[in-house]
Amino acid sequence: MYSEISSNKWKSVLLFLAFFIFMGIFIWMINLFFFQGYVFIIGATIVAIIFALISYYSGDKIVLAMSHAKEANKKDHAHLINTVEGLAIAAGIPQPKVYVIPGTQINAFACGTMPKKASVAVTEGALQKLNRQELEGVVAHELSHIKNYDIRVMVLASVLVGIIVFTSEIMLRSFLFGGMGSNDDRGGRSNLIFIVIGIVLLLLAPIIAQIIKLAISRKREYLADASGALLTRYPKGLADALKKIKNDTSELKAASNATSHLFISSPFKKKQWFASLFASHPDVNDRIKKLESM
Amino acid sequence: MDLVYWILIIIGILVLYIIIAYNRLIVLRNRIENSWSQIDVQLKRRYDLIPNLINTVKGYVTHEKTVLTELTKLRSQLVSGSMNQKAKASNQITDALKSIFAVAENYPQLKANENFKMLQEELSGTESKIAYARQFYNDSVMSYNNKIQGFPSNTIANIFRFNEKEFFKVEESEKKNIKVEF
Repeated sequence: MYSEISSNKWKSVLLFLAFFIFMGIFIWMINLFFFQGYVFIIGATIVAIIFALISYYSGDKIVLAMSHAKEANKKDHAHLINTVEGLAIAAGIPQPKVYVIPGTQINAFACGTMPKKASVAVTEGALQKLNRQELEGVVAHELSHIKNYDIRVMVLASVLVGIIVFTSEIMLRSFLFGGMGSNDDRGGRSNLIFIVIGIVLLLLAPIIAQIIKLAISRKREYLADASGALLTRYPKGLADALKKIKNDTSELKAASNATSHLFISSPFKKKQWFASLFASHPDVNDRIKKLESM
Repeated sequence: MDLVYWILIIIGILVLYIIIAYNRLIVLRNRIENSWSQIDVQLKRRYDLIPNLINTVKGYVTHEKTVLTELTKLRSQLVSGSMNQKAKASNQITDALKSIFAVAENYPQLKANENFKMLQEELSGTESKIAYARQFYNDSVMSYNNKIQGFPSNTIANIFRFNEKEFFKVEESEKKNIKVEF
C-alpha cells in the first residue's frame, strides 16, 4: 500500500512536469508562428484563471446542485454519517458534510477544494446495495480524494488545459475570419507552410492537453484507491464494492458529462467507443486487481 | 572575502534547515497529542451512551441481568485511572457490548424497539470511531518516529530532546474475550 501510494504521487508529479514542458513548447511555438501570439496566451490565461477561481470557490455547490444531492440527516442516514465520521478520524481530516444523491446506481463523489469545507455525496443505491465493509471502502476512497487535495489538483490541471484550449480556439477563429498575419516575411510559400504547421498545432494541442489531464485524473484515482485501502486497512472492501459497481446496470440520471469525472466510477454504463486514453477513470478490472494484490 | 560570503551562505542554509525541521517535529508531536484527545472524545461519547442502552435493555431482558451490572461496573472504571487502565476498561466494554447485542437477539421486541436500534447503530459507530482514532494515533506516532530516527532530522531531534513515542498496543491478555456469566 505505501509503495503504491508513493509511486502514484510521483507519477502525478511527473505528469505535471510533462504538462508544464508541453505548455512551454506550446507558448514558444505560438510566438514563433503567429504575430503577437503572446497577446492571445495572456488573454486565454486570464479567462482560464477566472473559470478556475469560480470552480475553486463555488464548484462544490454547483456540483452538488447539479446532482440533486440532499444533505444527510442523523435520523435516516445514521449509518452513513457514522461511517464518514469514523473514516475522517482515521484520515485526520475535519468532518466533511454528507450528502445523499437520489438514484439506484451505486456511486459516490467528493468535492470541495479545501479539507475544511469538503463534502461527500453517496447515492441511495450505494446505501442499499453495499454492505458495511464495501461502503467503508467507497467512503474511504472519497475521503482520500479530499485528503490528497485531488480536487485542487484537477482544478490546476483544468487551468492548464483551459489556457491551451482557449488560445487555440481564439486563434483558429481569427484564422477563419482572416486578418491573421505571420511574423515571417520570407515570402508566400514558406509563409503558407508556417501557417499550415500553425493550424495543425492549434488543432492538436488541445487534444494532447486533454490526454495529459485525463492521465493525471486516472493516477489520482489509483492513488485514492491505495490511500483509501490504507484507511480501512481492508482493500477487499473497496474491491468488492467495485465488483458490484461493475455489474450494476442502473443509470444515474443525476450525472452529466461535466460531473462524470468526479464519481468513484464512471456513471455512464455503456462502453464508450473511444480508447482508454480518453477515460477519466482507470479500467475497473485493473483497479480491482491492484486492490486485491495489496 | 569570497570565502566569508560562502561560509555565511552555508550557515544561513543550515539555520533555515534547523528552523524548518524543528517546526516539522513540533507539528508532528502536536498531532499525536491531538489524536490522543480524539480517542478520549470517542470514549466519552460511548460513556454517555451506555446508561441509555442499559435503561432500554433493562425493560426487556429478564434472565441476563448480570451483563448489565458488569457493563455498569466497567463504565465506572472508564472515568478514573490512568490511560492504560482506561484502555483496558475500554476493551472490556467492547466485549461486554458485544454480548449484550448477542443477548438482544433472543428478544424480538427489544430488537424492534426504535430506541434500541438507534443506540445499537450509535454504539457500533462509536466503536469503529474508537478503532479509527487509535489507528490515526498510531499513524501519527509512526510519522513522528520516522522523523526522529531518519537522517538528518534525527540530529535536530537529539539537540532539542524530542523523544520517541510509543504505539497504542492492545495487550495479548486483553485480546481475549472476557467471560460473561448468564
